[in-house]
Amino acid sequence: MPHDFVAFLCGNATGVIAGMGKLDLLQGTLDLMVLKTLAAMGPQHGYGIARRIEQVSGNEVLLNQGTIYASLVRLEQRGWIESSWGVSDNNRKAKFYAITADGRKQLAADARYWERLTGVMEKVLAMSNEGGPA
Amino acid sequence: MTGLRRTLKRVRAFWNKPALDAELEAELAAHLEFAIEENLERELTPEEARRVALANLGGMELAKEQQREARGLMTLDILIHDLKYTLRTLARDRGFTAVAVLILALGIGANIAVFSVVNTLLLRPLPFPGSEQLVRILEKDPKGGESSMTYSTDAMQEFQAKNRSFQQVTGYFAFSGSDNVKLMGNGQPQPVTGLMVAGNFFPTLGVEPLLGRQFSAEDCLKNSRPVTMMSYAFWKRRYGANPGIVGQTIDLDGTQMTVVGVLPNTFDFGSVFSPGKKVDLYAPAILGEMEDEGNTMALVGRLKPGVTLAQAQSEADSIFPTLLSNWKHPEYGHNYTANLLGLKDYVSGKLRQSLIVLWCAVGMILLIVCVNLSNLLLARAAARGKEFALRTALGAGRGRIVRQLLTESLVLSGAGAILGLGMAFAIVAWLAHQGSIALPLLGSLRIDGAALGWTLLIAVTTSILFGLAPGLRMGRGNLQAALKDGGRGASDGRSHERMRAALVISEVGLACVLLVGAGLLLRSFLHVLDVDLGFEPSHSAAISVDCNDCRDAVKRGVIWRQVIQRVEQIPGVEAAGITDNLPMSVNRSWGIQAKGHTYRKGELADTFVYVVSPGYLKSIGMRLLKGRDIRWEDNDKTQAVVVINETIARHLWPGEDPVGRIAEVGGADAQVIGVVADVHETNAETEAGWQMYLSATAPQYGPEGANLVVRTKLPPAALASGVTRVLREINPGQPANEFRPIQTLVDHASSPRRFFMMLVGAFAGLGLLLAALGIYGVISYSVTQRTQEIGIRMALGSSTGRVQRDVLGKTLRLAVAGIVLGSVASLAVARLIASLLFATSPWDAGTFAGMAVALLAVALVSGYIPARRASRIDPLVALRDN
Repeated sequence: MPHDFVAFLCGNATGVIAGMGKLDLLQGTLDLMVLKTLAAMGPQHGYGIARRIEQVSGNEVLLNQGTIYASLVRLEQRGWIESSWGVSDNNRKAKFYAITADGRKQLAADARYWERLTGVMEKVLAMSNEGGPA
Repeated sequence: MTGLRRTLKRVRAFWNKPALDAELEAELAAHLEFAIEENLERELTPEEARRVALANLGGMELAKEQQREARGLMTLDILIHDLKYTLRTLARDRGFTAVAVLILALGIGANIAVFSVVNTLLLRPLPFPGSEQLVRILEKDPKGGESSMTYSTDAMQEFQAKNRSFQQVTGYFAFSGSDNVKLMGNGQPQPVTGLMVAGNFFPTLGVEPLLGRQFSAEDCLKNSRPVTMMSYAFWKRRYGANPGIVGQTIDLDGTQMTVVGVLPNTFDFGSVFSPGKKVDLYAPAILGEMEDEGNTMALVGRLKPGVTLAQAQSEADSIFPTLLSNWKHPEYGHNYTANLLGLKDYVSGKLRQSLIVLWCAVGMILLIVCVNLSNLLLARAAARGKEFALRTALGAGRGRIVRQLLTESLVLSGAGAILGLGMAFAIVAWLAHQGSIALPLLGSLRIDGAALGWTLLIAVTTSILFGLAPGLRMGRGNLQAALKDGGRGASDGRSHERMRAALVISEVGLACVLLVGAGLLLRSFLHVLDVDLGFEPSHSAAISVDCNDCRDAVKRGVIWRQVIQRVEQIPGVEAAGITDNLPMSVNRSWGIQAKGHTYRKGELADTFVYVVSPGYLKSIGMRLLKGRDIRWEDNDKTQAVVVINETIARHLWPGEDPVGRIAEVGGADAQVIGVVADVHETNAETEAGWQMYLSATAPQYGPEGANLVVRTKLPPAALASGVTRVLREINPGQPANEFRPIQTLVDHASSPRRFFMMLVGAFAGLGLLLAALGIYGVISYSVTQRTQEIGIRMALGSSTGRVQRDVLGKTLRLAVAGIVLGSVASLAVARLIASLLFATSPWDAGTFAGMAVALLAVALVSGYIPARRASRIDPLVALRDN
């Protein structure tokens, strides 16, 4: 798992531009967001994924939507998502992405890792000035 | 797993660019429309909706670029772009490209060819399984030729039984010459070369027969059915590779021998044990019949796993001195020593230094090529200054430009390597078939994987070596100055020129070292040719005479006498004689001592022995210094006669006249009847040893065969048919043996030296040519650069002679600097090759002077052409042009 996660983190997508006061996301987190979005929403086209991430983040991050496509191609090449051309609700031709079984496994693994990391970060940041736990 | 999958997809994406781009285009268009639609629903104006959509997307082109980068192989994209650009540039500059590729091909081709030789002779293990276990066993002081490198069959068997270091000990009969048996069949008897080997010879070497079986233990017993194995080449040549030959009998010298096996193509006895010799047939040595023949077997052993050479040596040191040469005659004593030598060392150890020198020489050629190319590229880079400045101005990074230049040099050296590989293939194929060069393993010479790897390595290394300097210089260029005046900025130009001058000086220096090395080797070779061999090879030729009845001294005398008398009647023949062994071919040695004298250990030496007819000494051009030649009547049963050489006379009868003295030779008394000048029996470079000549008609001694030597002023080929006819008339069984000039024996013996000398000489010539090219390039370029300056000087009254002198002076300064540097380096290098020289000092003044003169002359010629051009500059044109 860690190996793939490292590859995952090192993907060269600077996915998110930090606007004034917006969050500057760690490299590679966009890939995880895309996976989760597809797992939660089912098949979705690029624009839909981008909008969904923006909505869920509550405008805390401003997504440079174009970068989603680099992330999508990366995930697809790894076999974690698959794509096919289809027709949207408003009758427009679009490329739809869906998470694969491999992708779900990866998502679960990465999510676990991420939770552990945030847990550790919380504890570290909650440290009192004396160095002991708060 | 996913990593691999992704890589494969990326590679596929790289090749599928247009389709994937179109798909991305469509996807982004859809994205935009979704966004616009949503923005319109938020009641923005259509223009505003589109603007916001694009802004959120963050730039269409950037999105595409990022996706492409994630999808495919960006580096490869750039590389391909660089490659295309390079090919275009090089195609535009055809002259430069052709010269560069040709120079590189010469340098790289020579390197591959030499590497193949070095690899075959030195680096690659011998073509036997577990060859590092194979050991050659020799006497410690092998002065007596083959006889002191061999052991009796009894000693061999005893060592086999007593030692604990070897899995197996085996041997071969060391004294058979070429064409020593006749193959009878339909038509004329054919001369073939047979060799007796111990029964376990092939199993010890790890050679399995291609067809049939190995020799069995029964095959090696007395009175067993005669069997033979044949070499692959002979099987193919003579029997058309017919597998049915196994089990059939062939007639060799009247003996029906059953063919039991055919050896594989990979086994070539001659190339390992006796360079230049081709063995056709092998027969098992019947040890029970050979015990009285003295030292006949050359020993080879295979060490047990884990036993080191040193352990085996110390065991051999304790065993060999105890070995009897003949069990039935313990009084013959035991005086064996053993020097264990790894078979590989035995085969190519003597050549190691020559090969390393050759390798260094060819490496130097490659360096010169690199320097030369560097120089050419620098000149080119100067001319292209503006182009690069423009690219920099348009945003190309320094890295990108260096990369472009490196791509160019890679392409050049790649093309050079391919062409060079072709040349090397031709050279290697030619060399592999040079049977006349006495180098071992030459037949197995080929361009193999290692050579290809080496090619790749030197191609890449050279391209970096010659491409980097100009690349870095260009990347550093002053943009503004370059754009302004086309890169001919005064200061830049001067440092440029300094760098090129330094390159030329180093090039001349390297050529200098090569020339000195080649010169010293050439002088050595000439000295070798000048050596007084003690005989005159130039007007003699020899043919091996078949003689079944020659074991008996009386019959032998009659037949030999008849042969010589008849041959001497052939027009053009000045003298004829017969000897069992010719100089510089097969040899054997016995002992000689003054009768009634006791000698300390080490006072006597193994003595080369030749059984000869009257007239032989004259026929091969030996000089009788004292006494008389052998006569047909020298057949006394109680006292034989012997002709000795000066060396024996000096050692056994110092300060006395040896003629008339009685010596003990091979267990019999022999009166010294004459003294001849020393003959170089092994090769021209080895000092002559002890040599004696015995009468062909003496019943005490038996010859090892018969070679008719004919002295003539005519070319030997003109006599060949006449001589063969006479031999056939006397003996219808005489096979069609080759009538060989004695000179070929001498040439064969000196062929390794000639080979190395020629190669180093060729490299030196190449180095000289490249140095000349380098000098020409620099001077010519500086004249072009200074056209305006020269124009002004001429306008101010400078004469054409003055201008020419200036340019030539500059040339000479470069050359002299290079020669001085090179001479210093040569002094060091010459010492390293001192052991390869013959009668030549490594500091031979003539060679150094010759080198300096040659280089100066070449420098002057290469400087003269641009100097002439400079003096013809028309001031008006030169000034107007700029």
